[in-house]
Amino acid sequence: MCLAIPGKITGFFTENGIRMAKVSFSGVIRTVCTEWVPEAKIGDYIISHAGTAISVLDPKEAEETLSLLDEMN
Amino acid sequence: MKYIDEYRDPDIVRRVAAKIRDSVTRQWSIMEICGGQTHAIMKYNLTELLPPEITLIHGPGCPVCVTPLEKIDKALVLASIEGTILASFGDMMRVPGTSSDLLRAKAEGADVRVVYSPLDALKTAIANPERKVVFFAIGFETTAPANALALIQAARMELSNFFLLSSHVLVPPAIRAILSSEDTSIDGLLAPGHVCTVTGYDDYIDLASEFNLPVAVTGFEPIDILHGILTTVQMLESGRNEVENCYSRSVNREGNPHALKTMYDVFEVCDRQWRGIGLIPGSGLAIRDKYSAFDAEKHFTLNNIVSKEPEICIAGAVLRGTARPSDCPAFGISCTPEHPLGAPMVSSEGACAAYYHYKSQH
Ligand code: SF4
Repeated sequence: MCLAIPGKITGFFTENGIRMAKVSFSGVIRTVCTEWVPEAKIGDYIISHAGTAISVLDPKEAEETLSLLDEMN
Repeated sequence: MKYIDEYRDPDIVRRVAAKIRDSVTRQWSIMEICGGQTHAIMKYNLTELLPPEITLIHGPGCPVCVTPLEKIDKALVLASIEGTILASFGDMMRVPGTSSDLLRAKAEGADVRVVYSPLDALKTAIANPERKVVFFAIGFETTAPANALALIQAARMELSNFFLLSSHVLVPPAIRAILSSEDTSIDGLLAPGHVCTVTGYDDYIDLASEFNLPVAVTGFEPIDILHGILTTVQMLESGRNEVENCYSRSVNREGNPHALKTMYDVFEVCDRQWRGIGLIPGSGLAIRDKYSAFDAEKHFTLNNIVSKEPEICIAGAVLRGTARPSDCPAFGISCTPEHPLGAPMVSSEGACAAYYHYKSQH
């Protein structure tokens, strides 16, 4: 339940007053609540738990971590 | 950037592992708190890449594993009540109660439904107004906000047929209990990246200074885990007892304020029993009085439940990090994923299941 792979937002809709998104997890489309990531836009990658997004992944931070490790020797 | 393959790049994996080997000069024991991390370590055989000086200790971060037996027995009683629908995360279905499990109850005719999200359980309640729907709401700080959101929605929609059987736990008090006990030898911690995504990591800064150990906030891909280990080793070797955030693409220091607000609107901190570990003060979340109408344990009569653990299972020691699954006499013999005796053999985050699934593969 805590295993969460990143998913890509493909669209938004509203359900029972809640801001939901269609999210592709490696090609599998699921419905995810996006109430807590108001900044999320189509194309963003999110981490979701129990059907609710808890973060939008930050591409800049992701890049920096990778290049830091990649340059290591 | 798709955030998956890049973090499994074999070249970078090798490079970070080599750097760990170069950095280490003595024996260190590092606990990965989260069961998701334990699974990744086993799946990618990361221990093979580590120098012999480093011992990884598996932590208690499996929400299914620490859900008290009594709650599972309560879920079984609720499922057996005529007219109720018991909705649960899939992981809970095979966790053994005292004399049955939810999957067996379902096979025997109870209306037990697997849901992917608490909002799906809520939908079941909306679609079945004449039935009472109980959602078996378990989890850590990652899941508690989503469960809370379903409850807030139920209140907003004035539903009177939706209830939570609530069993939520908080990670930092459990780690404090483990670090305080005499039989542990933990030099550093990998903090759970997704819990910290919600809560931020101030609590881990407190733990680092209280117990004089370094903490790396760590993600779940192979490179993330090696990065967390490397950072912890570097801090250990230089005597720095600090918190470093190695999962900054998802975690910031404050966490997610919206999720936290939802969680604490519905729940308040309480003492909580951890399966296999015991009572840990301030380690749980209880439904606040203003939402007590949605509390399954208040709405239904659930007395006279006698819960009894199987004697052979050493899940408590496994969850505290003082034993490995392979130390258990039942492991792989009388306890398998098909016939689990304890929760760590069932859950996708349980250490026993991780050992069982991936050990043979390597
Ligand atoms: S192998 Fe089975 S019986 Fe042994 S500790 Fe793990 S869950 Fe319990």
